[in-house]
Amino acid sequence: MQNPYLPYPVRIDEIITETEDKSLKTFKFVFLNPDDEKKFAYASGQFAELSIPGLGEIPIGIASSPMEKGFIKFTVFKTGKVTSYLHSMKEGDIMGVRGPLGHPFPWDMLEGKNIVIIGGGFAFTTLRSSIFSMLDPANRSKFGDLHVIYGARAPGMLLYKEELQAWAARDDIHMNITVDGTDDPDWKYLKGFVPTITEEKAPPGSDDTYAIVCGPPIMIKFTQPVLDKLGYSHDNIIMSLENRMKCGIGICGRCNIGEKFVCKDGPVFTLSQLNQMPKEY
Amino acid sequence: MTLIKINKKALDLGIEKAKSAYQVFGPVKQKNDHDYKRLDKNELPDFNFQNTRLSPKSIIYPQSQIMFRYSLDETSDDCRIMKEVENVSAPMAIVGVRPCDALSFPIVRRNFDSPEYQDTYWVKAYEATTFVGLACNSACSTCFCTSAGTGPFGEEGLDVLLVADGDDFYVKPLTEKGTAFVGAAGWSGTADASAGEKIEALKQAAETSVTSAVKTDKLREKTTLELYDAPFWQEEAFSCINCGTCTYVCPTCWCFDVQDETFGKSGIRMRNWDSCMFPLFTSHASGHNPRDAKYQRVRQRFMHKLKYYVDKYDNGIQCVGCGRCIRLCPVNIDIRRICNKMNSFDAESCKCETAAS
Repeated sequence: MQNPYLPYPVRIDEIITETEDKSLKTFKFVFLNPDDEKKFAYASGQFAELSIPGLGEIPIGIASSPMEKGFIKFTVFKTGKVTSYLHSMKEGDIMGVRGPLGHPFPWDMLEGKNIVIIGGGFAFTTLRSSIFSMLDPANRSKFGDLHVIYGARAPGMLLYKEELQAWAARDDIHMNITVDGTDDPDWKYLKGFVPTITEEKAPPGSDDTYAIVCGPPIMIKFTQPVLDKLGYSHDNIIMSLENRMKCGIGICGRCNIGEKFVCKDGPVFTLSQLNQMPKEY
Repeated sequence: MTLIKINKKALDLGIEKAKSAYQVFGPVKQKNDHDYKRLDKNELPDFNFQNTRLSPKSIIYPQSQIMFRYSLDETSDDCRIMKEVENVSAPMAIVGVRPCDALSFPIVRRNFDSPEYQDTYWVKAYEATTFVGLACNSACSTCFCTSAGTGPFGEEGLDVLLVADGDDFYVKPLTEKGTAFVGAAGWSGTADASAGEKIEALKQAAETSVTSAVKTDKLREKTTLELYDAPFWQEEAFSCINCGTCTYVCPTCWCFDVQDETFGKSGIRMRNWDSCMFPLFTSHASGHNPRDAKYQRVRQRFMHKLKYYVDKYDNGIQCVGCGRCIRLCPVNIDIRRICNKMNSFDAESCKCETAAS
């Protein structure tokens, strides 16, 4: 019997400070036992528990893509006990990772479809993984048009800036990078809130077009009516939720929304599913 | 399997004998109440009880349990690497389990032993344990097992059922594990032909003594949101003080928390029983709490037991009718009343029957 609570030991290989306020850092981990990397077979949209002995565990979406080999990446917002400690750790330090956990975005269903990625703030991590996966030469032909609408408060608060620039220069993905506001004269992308930019830039809804939406509650609240207006069916709107978690495998009992566990049955749900569930998230 | 009849002396001798092969647990009177404990040499269970204060759940699922050990000593090769703790697999036997409590184990098993994940700690302890039940010859006023999936002579979850008849006991082995225990106890002596009838008569009398009931037949047909949005939750939760007694004493409450505790340069990752009654249970690091208000937490407890579980497993309610939460609630919240309200709730008229249980 495999102990589902036992983390894989990992070494912090690289730490990248993502935002100007230093509240978000990306941690690149390498497995101490190479076999563990094979066991950690994941798909974009899944998460893992980052485990720091003495502090505890935190559920964090996987920001790397399964198309990237030799490491896994997580972008972590400094907010509680474990994340604050993690932000103080150094390259070379040893800790644990437990996963992959939860369901990924429904990639089998999404094949052959147009995909609209809508993200806000630091909820762009599994979306980054998804974009990276879809743009891989082995995968790009499996999808129709790709649109991305990604917004942050200010240019300095955007994650993965170099990749965003590289993606914006491509002709096989429509990048709409926006900030709430900036007085930077060199800012060459968009200004405006995510719902507004979605209304202007997102393609109209159709059976073959799926929106994947991740962001702060306020962004989701105002984006949903825009998608309704654009004609997106609630079956075609895919969201990823968060709740407080411990076990990550549907046993400890705290992250439930109705009979579903965000950890085990989610974190990915369609809006149609969420409409039938209590709003306990 | 053959029905055996033994006297009290043979029962006691058998339990003592079984201790050479099993760690034996049984109800023992401690202060005013009976509780389960590991029986020492020459210590016998006391069957003079209606039910124990706490269920035997902690024998399989301790209130605090060490999961891993770790070292923070930078000079150690294993620094910051979690090490598994050897957990029980020595045979255990719990003697004197009431049928309601026995049913709690198959219920809880659906959570800890799913097709996707096996909670190794719970599963190993469960598999190592033989459940020797004791039928109830009379019920408490708060018992409602007969409408909660079992009864005073219920056998589900048991390996052996003992039935007390005066100073004698009928021994009914129910599983291979049970037969092995009966062998280890050396219980033998075939009961006479009338034993079946005698047990049936005792069972009838015991079932008649269960005077309260819940209705659960309509829980499944209602939608989650209908019940979730029902108007009675605020009112039902009004007196609740979120003390967590109900979840603590409940044989089917399984939620837990995981915490690390460091002592100098080493530490343990442990799990502890937790409760949906506590705000911290669901509180996000951001400060947001999806079940911030008391009534939301009370609703969660009842919706989990009487709706979410019912829908998820299609195997009855997550309650065995032991009545502990009713007896021990300091503000008289009664799961029977709430269950009947939920079962009779009509979303259109927004009404439910409020007849006393």
